[in-house]
Amino acid sequence: MTDMPSAAPGGVPPDGAAVRTPAPPRRRNEWRAAVLPTAISIASVVIVFGLLGWWITSAPQWPRVQLQFFNLDAMIAAFPRVLSGFWISLRIWLTALFCMAIWALVLAVLRSLRAPLFTPFRLLVTIYIDIFRGIPALLLVLLFGFGIPALNLPGLPNSGLFWGTVAMILSYSAYVAEIYRSGIEAVHEGQWAAAKSLGLSEWQTMIYAILPQALRNVLPALMNIVVALQKDVALLSVIGVRDAVREAQIYTAQTFNYSSLVVAAALFMLATIPMARLADYVTRKDRERRLQRAG
Amino acid sequence: MTTPRIEIDNLTKYYGETLVLDGVSLNVGLHEVVCLIGASGSGKSTLLRCINRLVDFDHGAIRLDGVSIEDESFGATGLQKRVGIVFQSYNLFPHMTVLDNVTLAPRKVHRLPRAETEARARELLAMFGMGDHALSYPEQLSGGQQQRVAIVRSLATNPDVLLLDEITAALDPELIGEILRIIRRLKDDGMTMVIVTHEMGFARDVADTVCFLEGGRILERGDPKAMFKTPQNERTAQFLQRIIEAGRL
Repeated sequence: MTDMPSAAPGGVPPDGAAVRTPAPPRRRNEWRAAVLPTAISIASVVIVFGLLGWWITSAPQWPRVQLQFFNLDAMIAAFPRVLSGFWISLRIWLTALFCMAIWALVLAVLRSLRAPLFTPFRLLVTIYIDIFRGIPALLLVLLFGFGIPALNLPGLPNSGLFWGTVAMILSYSAYVAEIYRSGIEAVHEGQWAAAKSLGLSEWQTMIYAILPQALRNVLPALMNIVVALQKDVALLSVIGVRDAVREAQIYTAQTFNYSSLVVAAALFMLATIPMARLADYVTRKDRERRLQRAG
Repeated sequence: MTTPRIEIDNLTKYYGETLVLDGVSLNVGLHEVVCLIGASGSGKSTLLRCINRLVDFDHGAIRLDGVSIEDESFGATGLQKRVGIVFQSYNLFPHMTVLDNVTLAPRKVHRLPRAETEARARELLAMFGMGDHALSYPEQLSGGQQQRVAIVRSLATNPDVLLLDEITAALDPELIGEILRIIRRLKDDGMTMVIVTHEMGFARDVADTVCFLEGGRILERGDPKAMFKTPQNERTAQFLQRIIEAGRL
């Protein structure tokens, strides 16, 4: 190699490499290096989706399907009510997200505390998680949405919206509690020892030493749950909550045109894509942080 | 004769079916430095951790200034306030600054006002050459610096006894010296210490008493210089021989 740094002038320094200058960065034509892969990927995307589009639109029934599902007039007509339904979906999502994050944290902490005092709680939480992870979310929504309002419980709302949201919170918190717990268990045993030796109680150890590290550990996994929940609130449409899906179905039932469903799908997609990018970002930051620490 | 600072009396400890401490008795006097040496699995770290109840023992007793460490008068945190420990892997809280690491126990356990604990912490950090790093995070520091912070953290509650659990084992060789100098200074200041170490040169230098453990028992104890020169027990001699062969003495 000709561009290797030459040996230090004046002979070898006594302590090794102190005088040697670092090699200059190798000149690379980064612009040119980036063009070819980009061109290839754009071309392949165009080819794949072009072929797929041509294949679908060349089907004999395409014009009818287009009229039924991709009817622009119908889309515009359905848009306001689907959007108002989507607004409900978003509100359910945010409420469920907030309640679920807190409730799951309580469950995870109760399951992770080791003092004998907490043994019954640990048992209860284990049973809870077994039950709510074992039942499909759709079934829970149906059971809660139709069953509990029928009880006419005094002092509690009777709407399907309320109980359907509760069902989503209970179901998702079982999963999220387990994610939190994996984060808590990933914190090194030495942290517990250090906190205990400083005189911190188990509860203080959890709050000040363990949880901040655990939450950071599981943030990428939690972001995925956030995205999943955002879509799964559509399950509430089966108990008559007038969310985006329900509103779209109502339009469909009135006009025998399915374009409203496509509108709802587009709205969900528009909302989840930023969340997914945010999740990617958080994951990447987390990996960089780990690499930095390891190095 | 005055009461020893620490009395360990016929201590027995099982991990499951395994006997790790087999009737250990040991007295540590005021200002005395005791080094525990021995191979891995000899029970020396467990013995150390029994003294501040990080590990619970099965039989026997440990007394601090004549009071059993299981006595109710210690409350939930009294023992930890008086007995500090430093670990091999530092175990600093990575999400807290150096200052918060040091002041956590004084603030949250001993309920002292933040300003007071921070002033004391900064004073201690400066004493150990870490004054400029009060607001750094542990991962920004070298191993030797982290260990110095860990020592300061354990001193923040003004303990009467310091337990050191192989505190140089995770450090690069060139960083070990600075930590050992700190320990020597603590000895000169009169700190009572129980030290688990593989640094035999250091043990010989700093210890008033060296105990050689094997199989959960103290097989030999005595003045380090005499013991390292002419070990009385055959097992001690073998252990020291291996250490010498490994170039650690």
